[in-house]
Amino acid sequence: MHELGIVFYIIRDVKQAAQENGVEHVNAVVMNIGEVSTIVPEYLTDCWRWAADKEEMLKGCELKINIIPAVTTCGDCGREYETVKYGKTCPHCNSANTWLLKGNEVEIKEIEV
Amino acid sequence: MTDVRVIEIKKSVFADNNEDAARLRSELKGRGTYLLNLMSSPGSGKTTTLIQLINRIKDKIKVAVMEADIDSDVDAIKIKDATGIESIQLHTGGMCHLDAEMTRQGLDNVSLDGTDLVILENVGNLVCPAEFDTGAVRNAMILSVPEGHDKPLKYPLMFSVCDLVIVNKIDVMPYFDFDLDKCSEYVHMRNPKARIIPICAKTGEGVDAVADWLLEEVYNWKH
Repeated sequence: MHELGIVFYIIRDVKQAAQENGVEHVNAVVMNIGEVSTIVPEYLTDCWRWAADKEEMLKGCELKINIIPAVTTCGDCGREYETVKYGKTCPHCNSANTWLLKGNEVEIKEIEV
Repeated sequence: MTDVRVIEIKKSVFADNNEDAARLRSELKGRGTYLLNLMSSPGSGKTTTLIQLINRIKDKIKVAVMEADIDSDVDAIKIKDATGIESIQLHTGGMCHLDAEMTRQGLDNVSLDGTDLVILENVGNLVCPAEFDTGAVRNAMILSVPEGHDKPLKYPLMFSVCDLVIVNKIDVMPYFDFDLDKCSEYVHMRNPKARIIPICAKTGEGVDAVADWLLEEVYNWKH
C-alpha cells in the first residue's frame, strides 16, 4: 500500500546518486528488501514501472529485488531462528525476549549504468 | 558484452526521512513545541478522542491540530467546532501516510508561536504510518475494542513504535469478547515500555489519564 511512496524515495535517491556520478541514464536499480519489511515486491515493481518511466533518466530502468531472509535472535538462549516461521516466540526455549537481527531492510544496494 | 558499470549506494530508503524527522524534532525543541503523532485504524474514534482530550487541556496549554486524510475536511471542521482551537486539514493526495517533509509543510501553516502542543492525526492506517518518522516527539495509537485484542499480533510494527496505546470504546467490551489483559500482554510483547490507557471517548471515561500523560510529556519537553 505504501509502495508508491517508497518508489518516490528510491527515485529521488537514485537521481541524486546518478547526478553525483555524472550519469545520464540508469539501466537498473538493485534493491535489498527484507522479508518482513512490509514491502510487497510485486507492488513495488508495478509502482516502479509507472513512476520510473515518467523520468527521462529512468525510462526503461529495471528494478531488481534481492530478498533478505528474516532472522530473529533470542536474548535468553542466544540462538537464532527464522522469523517468518516462528514469529516473536523463540522455538528453542519459548522466550518472547527476542529481536529481529535482519529482514526489515528497504535499501538501495547499487545502480547499474 | 555490454559495458555495465555498477555504482554501489547501500543506503536505506528511509535514511533521508529519518534525517528530516530528526531535524524537525530539534527545531520543535528549540521553539518549545511538542508534536504528537496519533495513529489508528479508520473508525477507531481518533477525532472523538481528540475532542474529549483537547477540551480537558486547552485552558492549560495552547493546542493546535493537524488532520491528515486522503480527502475531505470533515475532521478538521469537527475539531474546530467542538473545541474552538486552531485545526487545519492536510490532504495526502492518495498517499497512505505522512512523512517528515509533509508534516513540516503542515506545520508551516500552523501559527506555532506560543503553541505548546500540535497533535497530528495521521491517516487511518496501521501499516504505512508506522514506517515513517514524522518528526513527532512521541507516537500514540488508538486501538478500539471492536477491532479485537489480537491487533498487536497482526500489526507488530505499529505497536512497536508507539509510546502510548489508548484502548477506546471500553463501554462495549462485554459485547466483543475483548480481553484487556491479553491485549496488554500482546502490546508489551511488541514494546515492553508502551503505556496502555483504556478509555471511552463517548462518555469521557479514562480520558483524564491521557490528558495527564500528555501534559506531563509537554512539560518535560519544554523544561
